[in-house]
Amino acid sequence: MNREKVIFAFFIVLALTLNVGFVVGDVDNPAHHEVIELFLAIVVSLVCTVLKFGDRSHLGALMLATSLVADLQLIAAGAIWGYYEHISAAGLTDEAMVSVVSFAAGALVANVISVVLLVIETVLVRR
Amino acid sequence: MNTLIYIMLRRLRMPLLVLIFVYAVSTLGLVLIPGQDDQGQPWRMDFFHAFYFVSFMGSTIGFGEVPYPFTPGQRMWTLVCIYATVIAWLYAIGSSLAILQDQGFLNLIRTRRFAQKVAQLKEPFYLVCGYGTTGREVVLGLERRGIRSVVIDINQARIDSVELEEFALPAYSLCADAALPDNLDMAGLRRNNCLGVLALTDQDNVNLAISIASKLVKPQRLVISRSENQVTSANLASFGTDLVIDPFRKFADYLGLAVRAPHQHLVIDWLINPNHRPLSSLYRNAKGRWILCGYGRFGQALLQAMSNEQTPITIIEPDSNRLEPGMEYVSGIGTEAVTLQAAQVADAVGIIAGTANDADNLSILMTARELNPRLTTVVRQNHASNQLMFEHSQADYVMQPGHTVASQILAHIRTPLLELFFDQLRNQDEVWAHTLINRISDTVGDTRVDSRSFTVGDSDTPALVTALQMGQTVTLRRLMKQPNDRNVDLECFPLLLKRADRIELTPGELTELALGDELLFCGRASALNRQLWTLENHQTLNYLITGRDDNPNPLLSWIRNFKT
Repeated sequence: MNREKVIFAFFIVLALTLNVGFVVGDVDNPAHHEVIELFLAIVVSLVCTVLKFGDRSHLGALMLATSLVADLQLIAAGAIWGYYEHISAAGLTDEAMVSVVSFAAGALVANVISVVLLVIETVLVRR
Repeated sequence: MNTLIYIMLRRLRMPLLVLIFVYAVSTLGLVLIPGQDDQGQPWRMDFFHAFYFVSFMGSTIGFGEVPYPFTPGQRMWTLVCIYATVIAWLYAIGSSLAILQDQGFLNLIRTRRFAQKVAQLKEPFYLVCGYGTTGREVVLGLERRGIRSVVIDINQARIDSVELEEFALPAYSLCADAALPDNLDMAGLRRNNCLGVLALTDQDNVNLAISIASKLVKPQRLVISRSENQVTSANLASFGTDLVIDPFRKFADYLGLAVRAPHQHLVIDWLINPNHRPLSSLYRNAKGRWILCGYGRFGQALLQAMSNEQTPITIIEPDSNRLEPGMEYVSGIGTEAVTLQAAQVADAVGIIAGTANDADNLSILMTARELNPRLTTVVRQNHASNQLMFEHSQADYVMQPGHTVASQILAHIRTPLLELFFDQLRNQDEVWAHTLINRISDTVGDTRVDSRSFTVGDSDTPALVTALQMGQTVTLRRLMKQPNDRNVDLECFPLLLKRADRIELTPGELTELALGDELLFCGRASALNRQLWTLENHQTLNYLITGRDDNPNPLLSWIRNFKT
């Protein structure tokens, strides 16, 4: 068992689970989406990105790319939330919630790809 | 570039993780800890304000407690956060600076820049491996002729000295092992504008590796290699290395020739040396017994080179192991009068201070001169840094092996025919050489002798080719006249004519030129430059052959007719 691999896989899977946890629920219902979960998803996604730094293999480059996509989507979701809650006169409307959740859903796809790549890499190593 | 970024990112992984972690925990803590608004109502910070607060706190800007004054609980948490973020930042900045100062990382950057500069090089250049005394002089010589060099040396101090040199055309330099093909490739081994590869390191096997690499990649390209033993020399010659130079042997030949055939030696010296010696420097009494101090590699080569003729040589050497058994020698360094007297310095004609130690050599010189003021003195200078001392030594001849080798390499680069000419010269007698040296002296006067070779063909001499194809006969005399007045001589003359396998020394003025002839001219640099007009310009050549200036330009013809 490789401790480094455990940590690596842990964070990648955690990024996915947190992301799923945030997205699940009605798209337009703010009560179904916890802001702390979004925050944690962003932090874990950033950690994943840093962990993927410095791998020069083709698969490594692909994983870094998916992680960067997830970061971008999640930070956009967070920024939109912040904008509507504090800056926009209308406040956190249903429409605002829809766009936040849809951005997070985009990140979810990237995180799924990331986990799939992790599995592929593991399978390749086994062989 | 990719490698650099990857290495940097990998090293920054830990500091970045620490930063993210500290920021995340600080922000989360501020959100979770209950606070109060300005009305005293319970209030919780949202992520937006928490991140805003942590951002300016972490960077120690500190706008104060926003949006409402903190409760003691929040202040306590902030206290923890302040220290945590400051330490995290110090760690991150410290790590980044450490990476930028890391020698391995800096080397990568330097190597990268060097490879880029070489890759962008459009002009022709020489690849010089090894920047010792010889390498430096070759690079300087090339630079004087407007040719750039790319230098590889394994010693960082020498590479630093390349950068300190004030070249008009800065040489590109890299500290790396030239024996590794990757490094050579980076230095432009496979480039088409690499004119030649000069392997001048002091390691024979490295020189061998460089030469082989170059000959494998581009068999036609010039390769000059230094080699200190005969096995390597034979090996180098076997795969077509253009010039193999054994510094000790070459230098010994050169010095041996000076003693054996001073006029021949002077001809060679004038042709290869930019700062050649005056005619008056010929040895006064070269025939007789010589004393040789120091019987190392140089001394052995020197003995071989000089012992071919009737010059007896007395050897002075402190280490008896260096001598072959049965050889006669005087034990000692030669710096003391006793040793020199044992070697009978009083009736010797010359002394060669040829040890590997400059101070010893100068000491030998001074002691010997005191004992016998009429001695011809030859002293070997090992290090270029001792130049000042040797200039004041008043020795008849200061020999610098590195300098000699460098001059020969530069001469070879300038024109390979010179080497051929020197081979031929050695078969001639001293009288012939004496006549030649007088002729050169008459031709160039006090200025330096330059030489240039060309082949009668389309690239070198388009005008000559046209004239020959039209059936005109062109004699050598035509090339030795001023392009603007054919009654005035140009200060140059031909040294050698190579036609197929036939080689003619100082060909006569009436020799008729043919296609494919290779010619070596010597003379004043200015004269050789003017000669280019004759070789390249149809009208000039036509004027020199016929004496008429048939200029097709109607305006010029009209003006000329108007005047007459």
